[in-house]
Amino acid sequence: MKNMMFRSVAELVELAESKQVKIAEVMIQQEIEVTGLSREEILSKMDRNLTVMEEAVERGLKGVVSVSGLTGGDAVLLQKYINSGKSLGGNLLLDAVSKAMATNEVNAAMGTICATPTAGSAGVVPGTLFAVKEKLNPTRMEMIEFLFTAAAFGFVVANNASISGAAGGCQAEVGSASGMAAAAIVELAGGTPSQCAEAMAITLKNMLGLVCDPVAGLVEVPCVKRNAMGASNAITAADMALAGIKSRIPCDEVIHSMYLIGQTMPTALRETAKGGLAATPTGKRLEAEIFGRKESVEPGAQKSLLLHLLPKE
Amino acid sequence: MKFRSAFDIIGPVMIGPSSSHTAGAARIGRVARTLFGRKPQKAMIYLYGSFAETYKGHGTDLAIVGGLLDFDTFDERIPMSLQLAKEANMEVEFFVESTVTDHPNTVRIRLFDEDKELELVGISIGGGTIEITELNSFKLKLSGENPAILVVHNDQFGVISAVTTVMAKNKINISHMEVSRKEKGKMAMMVIEVDQKIDEKILNELEELPNVTQIIKMVE
Repeated sequence: MKNMMFRSVAELVELAESKQVKIAEVMIQQEIEVTGLSREEILSKMDRNLTVMEEAVERGLKGVVSVSGLTGGDAVLLQKYINSGKSLGGNLLLDAVSKAMATNEVNAAMGTICATPTAGSAGVVPGTLFAVKEKLNPTRMEMIEFLFTAAAFGFVVANNASISGAAGGCQAEVGSASGMAAAAIVELAGGTPSQCAEAMAITLKNMLGLVCDPVAGLVEVPCVKRNAMGASNAITAADMALAGIKSRIPCDEVIHSMYLIGQTMPTALRETAKGGLAATPTGKRLEAEIFGRKESVEPGAQKSLLLHLLPKE
Repeated sequence: MKFRSAFDIIGPVMIGPSSSHTAGAARIGRVARTLFGRKPQKAMIYLYGSFAETYKGHGTDLAIVGGLLDFDTFDERIPMSLQLAKEANMEVEFFVESTVTDHPNTVRIRLFDEDKELELVGISIGGGTIEITELNSFKLKLSGENPAILVVHNDQFGVISAVTTVMAKNKINISHMEVSRKEKGKMAMMVIEVDQKIDEKILNELEELPNVTQIIKMVE
């Protein structure tokens, strides 16, 4: 299958529909062409990433605390709440939210994660995958394909807009991740390539303008909870697209508007920890507490502070 | 296109918390280490933009030093790298700069030992993907769309033709090429972008050419 190269979502959908293959397959073919690696090598590489994601969620669901102490334990709280049977929002949705937070909590604890597309937004894609898995019972191969579908959409955003909070704000990170997840959920649930694009567009539209304002410059507050909302946004948009709802603004135009919004976003709101929540009285107080404490200890002591949070095995 | 692979998007596997400020920073550090060729005795690290503002929270300092110690993005020793550098007798100094750079995540790294010095500028463009924009004050202009190599060589006649002859013999087409040097007869560099994947065999062949000091893969 030659000429499986795409630059836009429209081209991606067109390729998948004309060749009657999944979006995942278009991405795999492009990967073979670009890297020269065999299909088996590419699939097993993604299989390893999937394993890292599984291990991160598992670790997060056991409960972790970050180096600063700002985040950790919320994934566990939500699981307990789901198990109490009192949840209002629906168990699948909340499971995705919990698992998204689990990954980000591990990330904040300097644990091992797989960036999807970035570390700060690493919760959304695996969180939604492992929640939807409970309902759709995908094979291992279908889960790997889920990641290639997400990659295909992320690839278009990365090359036409940005996936960096410092360049485009949180919309570029959690926004991109949520759009990628929504598209991949649709494909896993049996939706068409154009429904994938609608889901991505609907998700991203609701993330436009989201700023990157991490308290103390740490990937914790509000990042963990933004991943939570990104996951719930992705599942809602996927359901909407599967119901036949379309975005009035085509996906590529939404991506382009995200890029333009990022360009006009002030530096204070692009991962500099100078504006937004980072600049609130509480945000500033937390920053002073965390770094005041760090600087008051010996350089060697910081090492032990970090050491006890690393995996014991 | 700056991002070429599905694994630029789903990946890298890394130690948290930030792909651009931790994983990307580690990768820039490691490229510097690879270009230097061995463990430096001293590293001076200049942070700009968002790197300068948030390096503490993101562990950017730990990651760059981890890279200089040749650690990969998922190496669990990254959080301890400052201590490990000390134990390895690598002196590290950080400078927080206020100059505004073209890209918000920019770092300049200078490495030294008794008889060697290297300076590079790297940017972390998101998701752990990086670009090296300057090496020993040579501006590098890589489109990132095609595989690219860097050839470090002595400024002598015939080196450029020897390198391109090896390329031609192996049916590698050059799409873009830049040559530069600091001083006549001293160190010079070629940045070569090509259409085909260059395998290890060809790289070894290039490295064995007279007057070629080092070959580095810049873009896979």
